Amino acid sequence: MDKKQKEVLESERFKTLVRRKWTISYVLLFLLFLVYYGYILIIAANKEFLSIKLGQYTNLGLILGPIVIIAAWLLTAIYVWWANNRYDKEVEELKKML
Amino acid sequence: MDNASNVVQQFSFGKPNAYSIFFFFIVIAITLYATYLAAKKSQKTARSYYTAGGGISGFQNGLALAGDYMSAASFLGISGMVALKGYDGIIYAVGWLVGWPALLFLIAEPLRNLGKYSFADVVAFRLNAKPIRTAAAIGGILVLLTYTTAQMVGSGSLIKLLFGFPYEIAVIIVGIAMLVYLLLGGMLATTWVQIIKASLLLAGVTLMTILVLVKFNFNLGELYGAVAENYGQKALEPGGLIKNGTDAFSLGLALMLGLLGLPHILMRFFTVPDAKQARVSIVWATTWIGYFYLIIPIVGFGASVIVGRESITQIDKGGNMASVMLAEVMGGSALMGFLAAVAFATILAVVAGLTIAASATLANDLYIGVLKGGNATESEKYKAAKVATFIWGIIAIFLGIALKGQNVAFLVGLTFAIAASANFPALFLSIVWKKFSTTGAVLSILVGGISAMILIILGPTIWVDVLKNAEPIFPYKLPTIFTLPLAFIAGWVGSLIAPDKRAQELFEDEKLRTYLGVGVAEASDH
Repeated sequence: MDKKQKEVLESERFKTLVRRKWTISYVLLFLLFLVYYGYILIIAANKEFLSIKLGQYTNLGLILGPIVIIAAWLLTAIYVWWANNRYDKEVEELKKML
Repeated sequence: MDNASNVVQQFSFGKPNAYSIFFFFIVIAITLYATYLAAKKSQKTARSYYTAGGGISGFQNGLALAGDYMSAASFLGISGMVALKGYDGIIYAVGWLVGWPALLFLIAEPLRNLGKYSFADVVAFRLNAKPIRTAAAIGGILVLLTYTTAQMVGSGSLIKLLFGFPYEIAVIIVGIAMLVYLLLGGMLATTWVQIIKASLLLAGVTLMTILVLVKFNFNLGELYGAVAENYGQKALEPGGLIKNGTDAFSLGLALMLGLLGLPHILMRFFTVPDAKQARVSIVWATTWIGYFYLIIPIVGFGASVIVGRESITQIDKGGNMASVMLAEVMGGSALMGFLAAVAFATILAVVAGLTIAASATLANDLYIGVLKGGNATESEKYKAAKVATFIWGIIAIFLGIALKGQNVAFLVGLTFAIAASANFPALFLSIVWKKFSTTGAVLSILVGGISAMILIILGPTIWVDVLKNAEPIFPYKLPTIFTLPLAFIAGWVGSLIAPDKRAQELFEDEKLRTYLGVGVAEASDH
């Protein structure tokens, strides 16, 4: 490992980047857990809640299932948007310092 | 009058049908042509064999991941489950998707930057290679073996129903077709087979969905109404799948975090050039897989109304033929033949993905990494990869034939439970935890994998359903809620007992590679 690499490794900028990556990862993971295990636990604990009718036959459960799928997709999209626009720019800057 | 034979006569199951045979050969022809093109482009190196040269784009890899992941169990199984059990099928469908964001947040980018051919590379990166590769190979092989067996046994009976081939012939066809793709075109051919399969599957299910929606005037409420009129409002509400919180949470954990330990899925991330393309792969994979699980319940509900539950169970008790029967009712034997061929392509793509991952584990991790201590020439590595592929193909065919008629449904749960408990904790800890040591990693993999296996054997799915005992010794179907934390604890204890000073220093050094991609081999264009 050369001197410049050591400098980047120990720079506040690099440490902030790594910290931010994991903060975002863990916050999004927490939201994913909340949405999915929330859905599962509602089914386990309170089936009647999902049977609440929204239309003549359509019930809350039939809407919530697809919502969990869409929410999971959105969380993925948020991470990739952040990584493509913020993370990668910072990576490029840091690589220039090497 | 015999009801069952009536239904069988009404539908063209179990006997050769001109359309399905025609589409069957089309699938074989297209995939072989793709293999031929791939073979021309591939180099005779281990890197080309395992990673397709690392030049696959994020979009292509996203489709290939979808093709690698969506098995016949999720296509035929979930539509059948919705048709027979109603809402419970949707709960399952949701679970199959939610691992993908977690894979992106925790694993995908560092995996791409640290690994070369298999996830064991990442765990072995700064730890003692031989014990790690041995343990990781055990975890990897257990997962691949259970999943391959489930696929082969399932494919034998499916192809028998769909095309009328005898079971043994069906298993041999799958095994040989897969070996031809791999031995001629390696990962590049596998990638294209998976892309073709994903496109066919998405197109087929979209077509079916549209046909169902046309019948119900593009109004889901009308479809739900028809389901409720035939089978009661209960069919639209959660039923018996989730009985208690522990079982539910365990199933959710296995489906979600099991994905993060599936060797054949993880391996696909080495086919893209960098971490950015790894990320893009996941967005596309999540898009296609999410779309698939959003619309497949419509096909399932459509089948329950249009075909009827009674007819579906007469052909196959598990409901696996629901969507294919629906195709025959709505589009005649031509559409049925097309969908049958889609199911066949689905089986081929998944089995090919499993086999190339198995060859990386056997040849690169065990033979080259452990037995030869990492010393081998490029041509030895390439040869070892092909020999391992061949051996795995033969094992797959043998297992498929030997286990004919066995109930292998529990194997999919076992696969995900072992993947989540054995492979995922060690992989994750090696990426994020500086003090993770060789002893910790080996303990984590072994404790997670062995405890998951033992508890599933003692649980209701094997102890009661397969071994016919009255009461299970372990009360829950899936043990993930216990075995996953156990694997983390084992990794933690092992790292405290036998710390690894050198690995801790290397952890700092590898950060530039993990987060900036510095030092990752530049990808060549095939």
